[in-house]
Amino acid sequence: MEEDGRRSGGIDRRAFLQGAALGLATLALPLGRADASFWESFFQKHFREMNDDEIKQVIDRLEKEYAQKFGKQIEIGADKPIPGVLYGYGLDLSRCIGCRRCVYGCVEENNQSLDPQIHWITVLRFKKGEKWVDLENSEKYYNPEKVPEEEYFYMPVQCQQCENPPCVRACPTQATWKDPDGIVVIDYNWCIGCRYCMAACPYGARRFNWGSPKRPVEKINPKTHYLGNRPRYRGVVEKCTFCIQRTRKDPGRYPACVEACPVGARKFGNLLDPNSEIRYAIEHKRVFRLKEDLNTYPKFYYFFAYGK
Amino acid sequence: MKKLTLTGKRLCYFFFLLLLSSPAISIEHEIHRKFLVPPPPFSEGIFPCSQCHQGMPVNRTPRKLEMMHQDIVLNHMPGGWCFDCHNPDNRDTLRLANGKIVKFEESYNLCGQCHGTILREWKAGLHGKRTGMWNGEKQYLLCVHCHWPHDPAFKAITPMPPPVRPADIK
Repeated sequence: MEEDGRRSGGIDRRAFLQGAALGLATLALPLGRADASFWESFFQKHFREMNDDEIKQVIDRLEKEYAQKFGKQIEIGADKPIPGVLYGYGLDLSRCIGCRRCVYGCVEENNQSLDPQIHWITVLRFKKGEKWVDLENSEKYYNPEKVPEEEYFYMPVQCQQCENPPCVRACPTQATWKDPDGIVVIDYNWCIGCRYCMAACPYGARRFNWGSPKRPVEKINPKTHYLGNRPRYRGVVEKCTFCIQRTRKDPGRYPACVEACPVGARKFGNLLDPNSEIRYAIEHKRVFRLKEDLNTYPKFYYFFAYGK
Repeated sequence: MKKLTLTGKRLCYFFFLLLLSSPAISIEHEIHRKFLVPPPPFSEGIFPCSQCHQGMPVNRTPRKLEMMHQDIVLNHMPGGWCFDCHNPDNRDTLRLANGKIVKFEESYNLCGQCHGTILREWKAGLHGKRTGMWNGEKQYLLCVHCHWPHDPAFKAITPMPPPVRPADIK
């Protein structure tokens, strides 16, 4: 009797909690922002679950947003992987002189933030001598008058596009994944900025936008790819994509770092094409991959064209 | 039965000839392959060489040059002289050791006389810089675009600035 009265007299606990949760959820939704663009981006599907029409809609929306923000037409591509292509990269350590032309060539092509500074490529300097690739004692802030220096050698490190990428497994929102052509890509609209992938990457190849990326409008490269060099947001992770906006075309250009290298130490091509430069290097030269012992199977091959 | 063996023999010969001819075909193909290169890096106004050298007597004695080309100090193949590579009969061309004339645009054949392994790797796309399309038309560079032929060792260059240290980020 008493129990019944209590129940009829008010709202029961379950209903109260349900109602409260719904109410809080409604409060959390920014209903004040009524523009269609906001809601479209809020309900955007995962990139790999969208069909071509839906991708096109997303790209149209983003192009409009960028045009509004930068006052400049930015073209966003969504080229799909080319069948029968697995990208591979070769870097000739016997030729690299550590001049960092590749670092800045990459920044120009891929619209990295200038302030705070983001570089996708790090060039490490090692002392020649008894210990070989001694990562712990490497130097990345070296700044001599002239390079190469007599007693050092240099090794640029960027995303190794692993066949077994630890960063992809770490991502809680599946905002990063490996495409069939071997490129590990990031959807900046799905990245929540938790940086788990950065902790998982053994190569330190991923970069985080701690602040709003700043880049003069006239220096923005307007030829972009959705999964590549389109302007990024604060709080998302970015990294090398083998210049997806250039290479995922038929015919496609070489990545910017290949074209920037003054000594021709950088090689790029299709690992499945037996006549490609990268296959020639792998078949004829001393080759190693960085941290092979971690089973990440990088598609970035360091080699020595001559045996110094 | 006899006839059959004859056809068999002919077939054998045919395959034997085919086997012989196939490497020949591939070598021929290799020789005539064209490489897309930019024009050779001549100093301003220096080419064609014949504009000055036309009608000039050919002096084959090694000596210190005083009138022209004083900037050339041969630091490549000590004891060498201009006509090891340049053609004395037509200065607008180069000459191989075997007497074959090559154009400046195909000077890699000249370098390849001594640096054969490098030439092989250059052709394969390994030595030297490539620009253009990774799956299409590739732009090669001539050896002389990076290595000044009279002093070919690659010179040290100034590096670009190092990344900002975390401590310096404001």
